[in-house]
Amino acid sequence: MIKENLWLILLGSILVNNFVMSKFLGTCPFLGVSKKVSTAVGMGVAVTFVMGVASLVTYFVQYYILEKFGLQYLQTIAFILVIAVLVQLVEMVINKTSPSLYKALGVYLPLITTNCAVLGVTILNITESYSLLGSVVNGVGSALGFMLAIVLFAGVRERLENSDIPACFKGFPSTLIAAGLMSVAFLGFQGLI
Amino acid sequence: MANFKNTFLNGIVKENPTFRLVLGMCPTLAVTTSVQNGLGMGLATAFVLVCSNFVISLIRSFVPSKVRIPAYIVVIATFVTVVQLLMNAFLPDLASSLGLFIPLIVVNCIIFARAEAFASKNGPLDSVADGLGMGLGFTLSLTIISAVRELIGAGTLMGVSVLGPNYPGALLFVLAPGGYITLGLVMVAFNAVMKKLDSRRKGAEGSVA
Repeated sequence: MIKENLWLILLGSILVNNFVMSKFLGTCPFLGVSKKVSTAVGMGVAVTFVMGVASLVTYFVQYYILEKFGLQYLQTIAFILVIAVLVQLVEMVINKTSPSLYKALGVYLPLITTNCAVLGVTILNITESYSLLGSVVNGVGSALGFMLAIVLFAGVRERLENSDIPACFKGFPSTLIAAGLMSVAFLGFQGLI
Repeated sequence: MANFKNTFLNGIVKENPTFRLVLGMCPTLAVTTSVQNGLGMGLATAFVLVCSNFVISLIRSFVPSKVRIPAYIVVIATFVTVVQLLMNAFLPDLASSLGLFIPLIVVNCIIFARAEAFASKNGPLDSVADGLGMGLGFTLSLTIISAVRELIGAGTLMGVSVLGPNYPGALLFVLAPGGYITLGLVMVAFNAVMKKLDSRRKGAEGSVA
């Protein structure tokens, strides 16, 4: 196996191939939960945790179960089930060990199941054939990139709320255009690696 | 039958999943770089939506509500796998350009939202109509957005040159930012048209009264 550069994977997944800004993964929670900085941080932390663990678990599922028995075509079903179970498990564990964190994350935990960034990163890990460590680093890095984008954008949106804009642009259109401009800024990272 | 038609039309305009409900943003933004991709993605999603709505409305009465979400996910994932295998076999070019986003149809919020909001409460026939309307509404909006992006970005439509060979192309519209900006602007246009139609309808009612 070729030795991967973990730093390159980490930096690449946070800045260059930012999930929200250049790959369009996790756009739904990005637009839905980015109204306030505090909720954006909560969502980001929960997603980071789930994506790291999901990368780890799906690695074993892919190489020790699906490939061993020649069931690669069940990848989509198997991965989404793993993620759904994982989210439920994480919810229960957090509830038992730290009720205050559980309260803070609230409704965001179950929502993570349908965050396409989670399923996306697990499938990408397999198609890019990362090693176990590389998969986890890629998962955590992508999630941190997601968190970076969502927190930055929440700051933009808090200001956008109070500005005077034409009626047709109110709500989603202005949000999308602002996201587009931010995405232009992230294009600047393209030459970094 | 009138009910069927209403449910069907509802998804195309009044509750258009992209412009009105703002669901399923990830594929909307990611694959609309060319009309072919947009259309392919829209139809694939519509197929999954119709099938999963049908099956979910059939099993709705005996799936306990506690485990309904995993049950729905399995139904949806099954049909996505069907699409994935069919597309790999018959449309390999489209499959490779859509790539990651075919398996990601599973987590498209439109499908889940319709399963939860419509198919779990209505009969199979109405659910199929809803799936068809929502699916085609989604396809329509993807096609519009991808047409704008392809035309401005590369000067072509469906791969056929429209603006002539001398058109320099605006790469920004094919790259990621173009997705957000185009969707925003198309949404503005949609809102403006809907507003005009609303006020005209109100005006007509007012003059009669």
